[in-house]
Amino acid sequence: MANNILVVGELEGGAPSPTTLELLGGAQGLAAGGAVSVMLLGAGASGAAAQAAGAAKAFVSDDAAYDTFNGEQWLTAAQSAVEQSGANVVLVAQSVVGREVGPRLASRLNTAVAMDCVSVADAGGTLQFTRPCYGGNALATYTIATSPAIATVRAKSFEPASGGGAGEVVQLAGAGASRVAVLGKEKAEATGLQIQDAKVVVSGGRGLGAPEGFQQIEALASAIGSDKAAVGASRAAVDLGCSPPSQQVGLTGKVVTPDLYIAVAISGASQHMAGCSGSKVIVAVNRDKDANIFSFAKYGIVGDWKAVVPALIEEFKKV
Amino acid sequence: MHIVVCAKQIPDPETPPSAFKIDAATNKVIPAAGISPVLSQFDGIAAEAALRLKEAKGGKVTVISLGAESAQAAIKQVLAMGADEGVLLKDAAFDDGDSYTTARTLAEAIKKLGDVDAVFCGRQAADWDMGQVGLLIAEELGWPAAIIAKGVEATDTGLKIQRVLADGFETVEAPLPAVVTVSNEFGEPRYPKLPQIMAAAKKTVTAWGAGDLGLDPGSVGKAGARLQLQKLFIPEKSGRVELIEGDTPQEQASNLIKKLQADKLI
Ligand SMILES: Cc1cc2nc3c(=O)[nH]c(=O)nc-3n(C[C@H](O)[C@H](O)[C@H](O)COP(=O)(O)OP(=O)(O)OC[C@H]3O[C@@H](n4cnc5c(N)ncnc54)[C@H](O)[C@@H]3O)c2cc1C
Ligand SMILES: Nc1ncnc2c1ncn2[C@@H]1O[C@H](COP(=O)(O)O)[C@@H](O)[C@H]1O
Repeated sequence: MANNILVVGELEGGAPSPTTLELLGGAQGLAAGGAVSVMLLGAGASGAAAQAAGAAKAFVSDDAAYDTFNGEQWLTAAQSAVEQSGANVVLVAQSVVGREVGPRLASRLNTAVAMDCVSVADAGGTLQFTRPCYGGNALATYTIATSPAIATVRAKSFEPASGGGAGEVVQLAGAGASRVAVLGKEKAEATGLQIQDAKVVVSGGRGLGAPEGFQQIEALASAIGSDKAAVGASRAAVDLGCSPPSQQVGLTGKVVTPDLYIAVAISGASQHMAGCSGSKVIVAVNRDKDANIFSFAKYGIVGDWKAVVPALIEEFKKV
Repeated sequence: MHIVVCAKQIPDPETPPSAFKIDAATNKVIPAAGISPVLSQFDGIAAEAALRLKEAKGGKVTVISLGAESAQAAIKQVLAMGADEGVLLKDAAFDDGDSYTTARTLAEAIKKLGDVDAVFCGRQAADWDMGQVGLLIAEELGWPAAIIAKGVEATDTGLKIQRVLADGFETVEAPLPAVVTVSNEFGEPRYPKLPQIMAAAKKTVTAWGAGDLGLDPGSVGKAGARLQLQKLFIPEKSGRVELIEGDTPQEQASNLIKKLQADKLI
């Protein structure tokens, strides 16, 4: 069945964000002859439409008031874009935007949203939305009979779109009223490489015991290379004060998908794995050979981190 | 200020993965032997946020749960923390619903209470991890909402909420009535003391069914659901870990690096 798909896009530095391009890639694959459109809001949106690969049509507003996400303003715009595009499928990132626009758009359009999907697949003309649940212990596949079917989608679930940008640009209204006022934003002190962007993530867990142990994790990351490796943590390590909450990996932390994820003294609870099981290769260092982390890891070292990590630091320095 | 806390009872999310089982025929989780269901973590935190607001500004807190008779335990836990009243929404017609029917039912109960100024939910229920019931309640009631809060304070006209973003925090202001969903960054919920637990045990919990809420049984639970669960399953794990050999940690480290180099990872 042909699907008319609307991607609720997001701008990053005046261009469609990487996740927007992934959603467009997913939409290309699912359209089956239907039309793919994108919504882009904020300063530079009209210009960015040309970079929205895979979209035939773009619904845009250049109103800079959209630059700060405000749920009610975005919701009105999204509703208008759905109506004008005739979409029967809406894809949004599982981001600050998607977490709010997904459910509220579903409610306003008397339909449903599947949150945090890792796969949207066409099974004989019916779309199947698959998402992790039970803290990452299980996956659930849903169908949605009402239209449009809405999904928020986790980053890196689709390959980015290829091809030209949107040929046709339709203007949406500027930002309207919102009952919620955004008063201000405070950036977390982010120094250097972000864990979502790093090729290698070295994470430490409760087994490190104290912040002093955690310094070894930082030393290991710098031995691998500060341009490549970033430091993550389990929630237990964050709770111990070893690492700021911004570095937490997992269900309620960040989802990371590096090429290499090195988990040191982390047991591998499902809620932690929910944030890193998409890594290409997981290496685990744990003194308990039965730790759950070893059922996700490709390589494992069974041993005390106090001996293993200094050896790893030394050997990585030689590379 | 009258605050409603929506609290769900769920299978203990800290159940070891080895004890986590699914019945493929019914697409349901099989309760792990000897592990009692718990109050969803974030809902305990939402209750803490509500109670602190009550302590600062006066008023009352009502806890509502939609669930089976056993969900009384979740309600009693929030009562022991200091909530004033409890309501259990229990009816066979509510069974096997989705986020929409849950929100619709909770919203009707909130309307029936009548004088509610704010609804506090968890950021997500730690069973299905959906994270949408709070917003759906807001839409059903026509109220503004702020999600994933790490701080909530009352102002003269409404609420000031600090929200968690991917790269920091944001402060927003919403007029009352409003819905807030609360995240773990808010802090730990209080631990009830024995006298409070005993007092809560004696409190009567109001029970409402579909009829009490004026809901057509055909519009709630499985009959009204918009999300159709087709399959619930445990994903396959890579399973085969290669343990790195070596007589010394140095040798193990060097052997691991050789493997990673062969895989072109470093
Ligand atoms: C709703 C909910 C959401 C959650 N969200 C998250 C989340 O986002 N992220 C997250 O990480 N957790 C989350 N959790 C918590 C999660 O369930 C686990 O409790 C947590 O991940 C455990 O962290 P850990 O592995 O560091 O600690 P533990 O489970 O205590 O594991 C410590 C490990 O260190 C090993 N160890 C100890 N000493 C040594 C040594 N000397 N050398 C080598 N190994 C050693 C031990 O063998 C053990 O395996 C959540 C929980 C819930 C209920
Ligand atoms: N059955 C329920 N009873 C009471 N509150 C619920 C129920 N289901 C969800 N909620 C509330 O809605 C929040 C989000 O749930 P969800 O959208 O299912 O992840 C939870 O943290 C609760 O505060």
